[in-house]
Amino acid sequence: MPEPLTASLVVEFPFTRSLGPVQSAFLTGLRERTVLGVRTGDGRVLVPPVEYDPVTAQELRDLVEVGTTGTVTTWAWNPSPRPQQPMSTPFAWVLVRLDGADTALLHVLDAPGPEAVRTGMRVRVRWAERRTGAVTDIACFEPAGDGTAAAAARAAAHTGAFTEPVTGITVPARLEYTYAPGRAQSRYLAGLAERRTLGERCPSCRKVYVPPRGACPTCGVATEEQVEVGPRGTVTTYCIVNIKAKGLDIEVPYVYAHIALDGAGLALHGRIGGIPYDQVRMGLRVEPVWTSDGRYPDHYRPTGEPDADYDTYKELL
Amino acid sequence: MTTRTRPQARRDVAIVAFAQTRHVRDSAALSEVEMLMPVLHEVLDQVGLTAGEIGFTCSGSCDYLAGRAFSFTMALDGVGAWPPISESHVETDGAWALYEAWVKLLTGEADTALVYSYGKSSPGRLRDVLTRQLDPYYLAPLWPDSVALAALQAQALIDAGDTDEAALAAVAGRNRTAAVANPYAQEPGDRPQGEYVVRPLRRGDCPPVGDGAAAVVLAAGDTARRLCERPAWIRGMDHRIEAHALGVRDLTDSPSTRLAAERAGAFEAPVDTAELHAPFTSQEVVLRKALGLGDDVAVNPSGGPLAANPVMAAGLIRLGEAAARIHRGASRRALAHATSGPCLQQNLVAVLEGEDR
Repeated sequence: MPEPLTASLVVEFPFTRSLGPVQSAFLTGLRERTVLGVRTGDGRVLVPPVEYDPVTAQELRDLVEVGTTGTVTTWAWNPSPRPQQPMSTPFAWVLVRLDGADTALLHVLDAPGPEAVRTGMRVRVRWAERRTGAVTDIACFEPAGDGTAAAAARAAAHTGAFTEPVTGITVPARLEYTYAPGRAQSRYLAGLAERRTLGERCPSCRKVYVPPRGACPTCGVATEEQVEVGPRGTVTTYCIVNIKAKGLDIEVPYVYAHIALDGAGLALHGRIGGIPYDQVRMGLRVEPVWTSDGRYPDHYRPTGEPDADYDTYKELL
Repeated sequence: MTTRTRPQARRDVAIVAFAQTRHVRDSAALSEVEMLMPVLHEVLDQVGLTAGEIGFTCSGSCDYLAGRAFSFTMALDGVGAWPPISESHVETDGAWALYEAWVKLLTGEADTALVYSYGKSSPGRLRDVLTRQLDPYYLAPLWPDSVALAALQAQALIDAGDTDEAALAAVAGRNRTAAVANPYAQEPGDRPQGEYVVRPLRRGDCPPVGDGAAAVVLAAGDTARRLCERPAWIRGMDHRIEAHALGVRDLTDSPSTRLAAERAGAFEAPVDTAELHAPFTSQEVVLRKALGLGDDVAVNPSGGPLAANPVMAAGLIRLGEAAARIHRGASRRALAHATSGPCLQQNLVAVLEGEDR
């Protein structure tokens, strides 16, 4: 059995999210070095603010400005920051209750070491130099010294109005994986490397799956017996592609077909070449065309054999 | 808030079979369906049923773990879903799939259900992956990883005088020592607590990262009695959620666990066993407090998530382990708990009982 294959895989996507009235005001406020909270019906001030009361579900719109100094309510020392975290040197995660707020905000604290951090310590916001209207406009918190007692601990009303408010954020997410296709697909890919197409037969219903995924989806049992199929096959059905896909250097129109390789229990997909697009037909006999560095057939072309009889492939449609 | 009485269960439903993989750090050689399929066969063999004879199938998993889109549809290949089966999927721990299946059986629309879940954390970096479940406006941009959030909770517990590092180490030691008797555990046996991962949590306070799968069969009434010598009857089950923002919660308590337990009937009679989905030692402290568990209760006799924590399956495994203990006569009344979200945000509690014949 070939070594199971692995390959690096990066999943990366930017989420573009619109902000409601409360989050827009909060994030725009951070851009303007102002921290806003929202007051609930029972007078509590939530920072960061939310649109609905987490207890009563009441709509919240009563914005207030709170302080940029506050008190650590709990903390955790991170000795080895991970790549996308706000600081690259060891730091403390902190929940900070800003002066005038009744709830705590999660952020990071720049401190020389864990011995310099404790619950109850006073901290202040360190603003990022470049601010765009994001929670990272707070670069981090820094120790403020215990003399900075919560003097003006009353939140002041704020309209939440700023010029050029931020109405949306784009948050990139990037996750790195080591993809492992598993036993069946590793066997299939190893076969392709030798330009052989290996299907796998279900021990129960005897159907040959190409490409194999390790299980017969009808019977729910492992497919272990390898069966070489093709290389020739029959077009069972097809479509004519008229719109050029971005980044694809194939001229349109072209034909994309379902091809039942000889011996296979189901059709796979492939492009048909070497024949005008309007002459492709059901039953056309085809064979794979490999390019020199291709890891799978580039396309399929007619073999010149007579067309297959409909009865030979009607179950594979 | 008004107090409602629990609705009278119209049918008795039981967990009649449970199977799981031997959980490993990296199952690289296997795809998800290849990892899962033997467990499906094993659990169905226990009750002598085929997939086609099962009334309802429900699974739980998360595509982000392995970075494989729609992996649950490929996992379904392992069930044998033809002729078309009645099926559903939840994008969370399989314990919630079990809840859905339980409700389905209570309605009378099915007499049996197959519930499974799987998680392959090895292809990704789990701590980073789990940050993507967080609030995308205020939390996710900071990439606070799962250990960091649990560490904030642990420090809050230490500050409150609920625990200390020595007590947490004892929790780790007790769980992993118990896991020595569990052939499926990934990290059996007591071991040094090791370095801080995120202080105050050390390596020993954190669960192992690994791959695994689990499955159970549910059955109603006489069908359950026919399929299983000693069914684990679900006397009640409920799940409750708290606010997502950590800063509005009291991290030293778990009111959602307590309420779910109350509504599941957990406090109506003492339990002898509790399988708690506490991936971090500090979270066992919170759950014991919320559930009022005394020293006479066997907590995580399987070793719990500190010994094997295949994400998305670890909660279902708690229900399975509690049921298996009833099946073999080692428990009469057990509590099973599952959690989801940061710092025990959402919690499910089930009460299982064996019948003395």
